[in-house]
Amino acid sequence: MAYKRQTDRLPIIPKDAKEFNVTCHYCIVGCGYKAYSWPVNKQGGAAADQNKFGVDLGKQQPANTAAWYSPSMYNIVRQNGEDVHIVIKPDKDCEVNSGLGSVRGARMAEMSYSRARNTELQRLTDPMVWRYGQMQPTSWDDALDLVARVTVAVINDMGEDGLFVSAFDHGGAGGGYENTWGTGKLYFGAMKVKNIRIHNRPAYNSEVHATRDMGVGELNNCYEDAELADTIVAVGTNALETQTNYFLNHWVPNLRGTSMDKKRAEFGSEPVAAARIIIVDPRRTVTVNACEVEAGKDRVMHLAINSGTDLALFNAWLTYIDEKGLTDKAFIAASTKDLDKALAANKTSLEEAAQITGLTVDQIRQSAEWIAQPKAGGARRRTMFAYEKGLIWGNDNYRTNGALVNVALATGNIGRPGGGCVRMGGHQEGYSRPSDAHVGRPAAYVDQLLIEGKGGVHHIWGCDHYKTTLNALKFKQAYKKRTDMVKDAMSAVPYGDRNATINAIVGAIKNGGLFAVDVDIIPTKIGQACHVWLPAATSGEANLTSMNGERRMRLTERYMDPPGQAMADCLIAARIANHMERVLREQGKTQQADAFKGFDWKTEEDAFMDGYAKHEKGGEFVTYARLKVMGTNGFQEPAVDFKDGKIVGTKRLYADGKFGGKDGKATFMETKWRGLQAPGKEAEKNKWPFLINNGRTNIVWQNAYLDQDNEFVMDRFPYPFIQMNPQDMAELNVKQGDLVEIYNDNGSTQAVVYPTPTAKRKQTFMLFAYPTGVQGNVVSAGVNEFIIPNYKQTWGGIRKIADAPEAVRDLTFKSEEYSRG
Amino acid sequence: MTGCPKMIDAGRRKFLSGAGLAAAGMAAATVVPSAAESAPAPARVEYPSNRLANVRDLKVDEPVNVSYPDPDAPGVLLKLGKRVPTGAGPDGDIVGFSTTCPHKGFPLSYSKSDHTLNCPGHYSRFDCDAGGQQIWGQATQNLPQYTLRIDANGDIYAEGLDELLYGRLSNVL
Repeated sequence: MAYKRQTDRLPIIPKDAKEFNVTCHYCIVGCGYKAYSWPVNKQGGAAADQNKFGVDLGKQQPANTAAWYSPSMYNIVRQNGEDVHIVIKPDKDCEVNSGLGSVRGARMAEMSYSRARNTELQRLTDPMVWRYGQMQPTSWDDALDLVARVTVAVINDMGEDGLFVSAFDHGGAGGGYENTWGTGKLYFGAMKVKNIRIHNRPAYNSEVHATRDMGVGELNNCYEDAELADTIVAVGTNALETQTNYFLNHWVPNLRGTSMDKKRAEFGSEPVAAARIIIVDPRRTVTVNACEVEAGKDRVMHLAINSGTDLALFNAWLTYIDEKGLTDKAFIAASTKDLDKALAANKTSLEEAAQITGLTVDQIRQSAEWIAQPKAGGARRRTMFAYEKGLIWGNDNYRTNGALVNVALATGNIGRPGGGCVRMGGHQEGYSRPSDAHVGRPAAYVDQLLIEGKGGVHHIWGCDHYKTTLNALKFKQAYKKRTDMVKDAMSAVPYGDRNATINAIVGAIKNGGLFAVDVDIIPTKIGQACHVWLPAATSGEANLTSMNGERRMRLTERYMDPPGQAMADCLIAARIANHMERVLREQGKTQQADAFKGFDWKTEEDAFMDGYAKHEKGGEFVTYARLKVMGTNGFQEPAVDFKDGKIVGTKRLYADGKFGGKDGKATFMETKWRGLQAPGKEAEKNKWPFLINNGRTNIVWQNAYLDQDNEFVMDRFPYPFIQMNPQDMAELNVKQGDLVEIYNDNGSTQAVVYPTPTAKRKQTFMLFAYPTGVQGNVVSAGVNEFIIPNYKQTWGGIRKIADAPEAVRDLTFKSEEYSRG
Repeated sequence: MTGCPKMIDAGRRKFLSGAGLAAAGMAAATVVPSAAESAPAPARVEYPSNRLANVRDLKVDEPVNVSYPDPDAPGVLLKLGKRVPTGAGPDGDIVGFSTTCPHKGFPLSYSKSDHTLNCPGHYSRFDCDAGGQQIWGQATQNLPQYTLRIDANGDIYAEGLDELLYGRLSNVL
């Protein structure tokens, strides 16, 4: 039944409360927040002169007020060793969100570690090691000595290729410039680790190699472009749920027609109108619905293509736009090359594309015209292209990404106001590492190598393969078996004999075992298999810098203490380096030990100044003190100057028409359609009745690592849902809320049935990466040529397990779609 | 026959557990140090008992606009026509909710066809059949529901709320 907090009042923020800049640490959008804290034995008052807002809180506040916060925005946390009240609320003055809070970010306070109010007590507080048959707390020195000795022993035996690493490469919580630099300097500086993978995929690669290879960085516009565009093309992005406040605060005004003044100011006499939007997605999402509500159905084109056929559509757009003479010839001549090659290779008629995609010829023609047809008076249409996981984790990632960038380039829409061809993003960004060139391309398929028994030691940083990898069931089976061998070996050694423990571990590794070290903020699912857990701090517990989807860089200031002995990841990496250096010196390996110098950081700011400030473009202009002054608006990377007390940034990339290629040109790409590209996908499609499409939902952040301890979320979704057409439900003889098994030759998982009349027959959609039902269990090992997984094109069977479990019996199963009624 | 709707999940984490209670009590006490002994501050706000309507006034699926706990807090009384876990009245089908969206304070509108309250601001939807559970949306809380009491005459009284109302840091101002 609906969870209620029974909260009937909250402490009031006093006038003299401390104030901190905060960027939401969840999604790419990076909404601006402010944290306010004050002593636990004090509170403000309702009178205007007694509270932070300077307003009379004895009166009802109006809609959109800044002078209110919900119970989820409040908590009691530790700050410099003292309990303090804290409120973390959206910042009205931040250009990104203008005071809007998402259902995820507006719970940051409630999702903080609080012993006073029993929130997120799952957080790791101490280093833990496998001892007496379970994980036991220990000191940092004890845990790090064990990690260093085993890691050095494995490297001595197998070389650095015996060290496997899984590491975040993003910004926000569990990432940021400080922490990617810390881990990067350890594995790519002190060592040259090749068997490394990123948090959400089984190799060390880019999700958008193609656009980069074409000379077009993937975050090339600014959020304001969504307010200025004539047409928005949204491919495989459900922005209302996954980049919520970017959509609400920047797309919706354009769809409503309320950004017209902005357009007129920017474009002068050029004709302007409310935006049109083309949404390419096999599924009708709440984003499609919201666009229809705001823009009217006649300005929204939902292209519900056959799953995985985006590439054919984009090639047809390019062909048609060229044939009709709608390309931007001046731009193409000045800033690009190889359009002729791409046109020849990618030539696709409207009819061919219709046949492949399941769309009509008219839909494809009309959408091409919405993209490229000149406006009255001949002005070029300004079209913004945005894509995310539907493309990135879909069929033939590399070519499909390239094919979309082809269309954006051909229509001159990169580097111009109202344009851009951008990924929407998942996490924020915050990448600063020494070169990864030694990893090679294609990079090692790390998860597969682990299944095959390769490697001796595995360092895991903020990743949970058990929830967020493909072929997850087979991975878990192999991983458990290998790590159990080491656990059993450790358990057999009398406690206190470190040398005997190391020898036992090394012995087990020689027999195929794996020693696993998990650095995280909570005990993860993969952590169940690990031998050491190292407790990390998260955003707000350490200073942290990141950038959002328009390259907007901010500093989130430390507003509370990390739980127990937890430390920022960059400092954990530094301490691992210190211990490895010590062990190597002990062993007389002076030269190897010297490689681990330069990790004498005491604070995360030390790591920032060693990494970002010295190595990133424009980094010389950026310091913590300057970022603090720049507040929640920050600046857009790269920094180009520091003037009048402010960091000067870059609103759009490529505004000068110079692209990333060596000759300053962007290169069109040959992207011929080749069907379902990943091995085994076509056969899987033919064998199983249901498409098991998958992705996120609004209320849950990422794999629910914090949400799993939040009653508001777990009350709503105790189990992952699978959206299903009611007629399919009738055929399977299942009711709403029934627990079903989803299965195929890759594995099996479970979900509860959510009736969805708008779902196409035999096309389901399952919540991804949920702890109580891992969708990745049924995703095949098939990847593209650069080891990018293909989660979206998964097919399986469905059978009933049981009637609705008690926890879901009284839940709502009504349509998620808003209507004006 | 009178019905008293059960509180929704009252046993779980409440703000007033642990140090939150200490803080609220302490702050009140600091104003007049001796007051703590003679007149302890109540742990929860005092909710008024307000007559909103009589069961005779309610027709199935016809929302009645009300306000609670004061005229600045709009709400709705509904007779759903089917017994629900949080329903009051002889048929267990009378419920009352705040109609101010707990996300950004926009007024919710009732959809008869599916018993939902809908927000035009950011598309949040709440299910009146399921205790105001947010079906989908941006609010970080489910919809505040009234604690209803129905006396022998059929008069319907609101006597409490189960979540904080938007736009006020105390449900009773």
